[in-house]
Amino acid sequence: MKTIEEIKAAIEAAVPGAGVEVVVNPSPCAQHSLRLDPDSALAVARFLRDDPELALDFLSNVTGVDWPDREISEKVKVARTVAKTVDGVEQQVEETVDEIRKRVEPGCLEAVYHLYSVVRKHGPVVIRMRTGNRTDRVELPSLTPVWRSGEFQEREIFDLFGIVFNGHPDLRRILMWDNFKDHPMRRDYVEPDDYEYEPTAHDAVLAKAQAHRAAAQAGAKGQEGAGAAQ
Amino acid sequence: MTASFKSPAEPKLNNLDLAPSSEPGISGDLLEVAMGPHHPSTHGVFRMDIVLDGERVIRLKPVFGYLHRNHEKIAENITYIASMPYTDRLDYICSLTNNWAYALAVEKLVGLEVPERAEYLRIILGELTRFQNHASTIGFLIQEMGASGTPLMYAFREREKILDLFESLTGSRMMCNYMRFGGCRVDPSAEWLDQVRKVVAGLPAFTDEIDRLLTSNEILMARTQGIGILPPDLAVNAGITGPMLRASGVNYDIRKIDSYGIYNRFTFRVPLGERGDVYDRYMIRLLEMRESIRILEQALKNVPGGPIVDPKSKIRGFRPKPGEAYGRIEAPKGELGFYLISDGGPNPYRYRVRPPSLVNLTILEDMCLGAAVADVVIIFGSVDIVLGEVDR
Repeated sequence: MKTIEEIKAAIEAAVPGAGVEVVVNPSPCAQHSLRLDPDSALAVARFLRDDPELALDFLSNVTGVDWPDREISEKVKVARTVAKTVDGVEQQVEETVDEIRKRVEPGCLEAVYHLYSVVRKHGPVVIRMRTGNRTDRVELPSLTPVWRSGEFQEREIFDLFGIVFNGHPDLRRILMWDNFKDHPMRRDYVEPDDYEYEPTAHDAVLAKAQAHRAAAQAGAKGQEGAGAAQ
Repeated sequence: MTASFKSPAEPKLNNLDLAPSSEPGISGDLLEVAMGPHHPSTHGVFRMDIVLDGERVIRLKPVFGYLHRNHEKIAENITYIASMPYTDRLDYICSLTNNWAYALAVEKLVGLEVPERAEYLRIILGELTRFQNHASTIGFLIQEMGASGTPLMYAFREREKILDLFESLTGSRMMCNYMRFGGCRVDPSAEWLDQVRKVVAGLPAFTDEIDRLLTSNEILMARTQGIGILPPDLAVNAGITGPMLRASGVNYDIRKIDSYGIYNRFTFRVPLGERGDVYDRYMIRLLEMRESIRILEQALKNVPGGPIVDPKSKIRGFRPKPGEAYGRIEAPKGELGFYLISDGGPNPYRYRVRPPSLVNLTILEDMCLGAAVADVVIIFGSVDIVLGEVDR
């Protein structure tokens, strides 16, 4: 089988302008992957399936991954002038100090596809795509028109992660019920604290429900207050 | 009627305006039937929304999620080893192969070597699991055709002996929780291995018995031949794996392709179907049972001694280095894969199960279109699913 670099070269030769990037996997199994540009992903997927040498006709697994916003703190050396008393005389002295700077790396949602070839009996080739962010730019092209085995798996990712697959024939919730809000597999998903509603709540559930009610009332009052201030 | 690849835009179920019946000479409305979730043939809680034109199925939408407990989310909040017992509950008929797939994925992620003896034990337990799964699947399939009792009880009689073996080794009949990263949990005694040899010696007679009882049975042939045909190109494109795929004539067995474990040391054949109908799927399972016996006989001949777990494997403070791995095995129902992403912490950052049962249902509608509603039950039965794995 071709190496990941060769596959990348083949894709770039076949689909001009396809932004393909190799993602190195440091684990011992060394299953490296290719990050595709969502705009050209469908064309690349068709190429991967139809190219006689690669012939990746079998989509095994589709996975969603959530990468929330990450706060990264870095140590930076900063030069600054400070007033110091040297030998009894006050002077302006230059010195470098460590300063911790924080920045936020924006998060995204990712879909990972594991491809194999039934004809050529090789694999896996891993391809992945990232959404623009986690809130309003969560659309990716669906690869179900190329490999039908994505049908239920992409629906599952739509359901649990909230990635919207454009071009999917039947994009509905699959495991959660239709009226369910939110996406439970996201890292920052908070389970509603009154979802265990039962008519005669007791013990831990009662405590949770009371706390929930108190918080909800406080929240309502807080909102009223804010409205009045405006 | 052969199924064909359908691309987008299916009319929704509730858009059906009293279309006229296609049966000549009969006028009538279409009938929408919710088959399940509490239907005895659905092997659990599963629903099919079927639209019928007389007796013919013209639309079928599977509805999932009744058994959903977000297994993957649970696994992200507990340590790697703590997920091992949870994997038993995926496909609860085949807990040992689930353990194996998960252990294999973690071994790929960390780079653990499995000792010789543990590899043999895995093969023995994996093939016993495959045998009992196929036996009970055949039993259930025949039960759904109306042969109430006999074949299923025969299958369960044999399964019972295998479950007894599991129980005496792992402590549990179904929730075995036996494999560990880089090996197995307990070392079996020589007596246990003798016991396995004794049981395996009885399996060919059972397979022959089932064969004589069913294979040329007229009712079985009439009910299953030419029903629920799955063409090979659609099967590959839809990611169908396991006996379903091979019944359609596609030679793809992960035991041969990846030769994970030590499968390359054993001689066995991969049975292939010709037509891809329900009968072929029944037949493939029967033939695979015979191949399982062959593998078992070879493996039991010389089980080596030695350790059963990689000394580098540790339970406490198990933190794989950042990276990811996808490990897959040929589970009795198809390709069972686990995809893990580690961020260096004690819990997996992402833990994904690739469930063969769910993906194999992708083409349920294609196989059922045009079939009689009574055939839906046996087409569905021939897919062989367990809802614990479908809904996770």
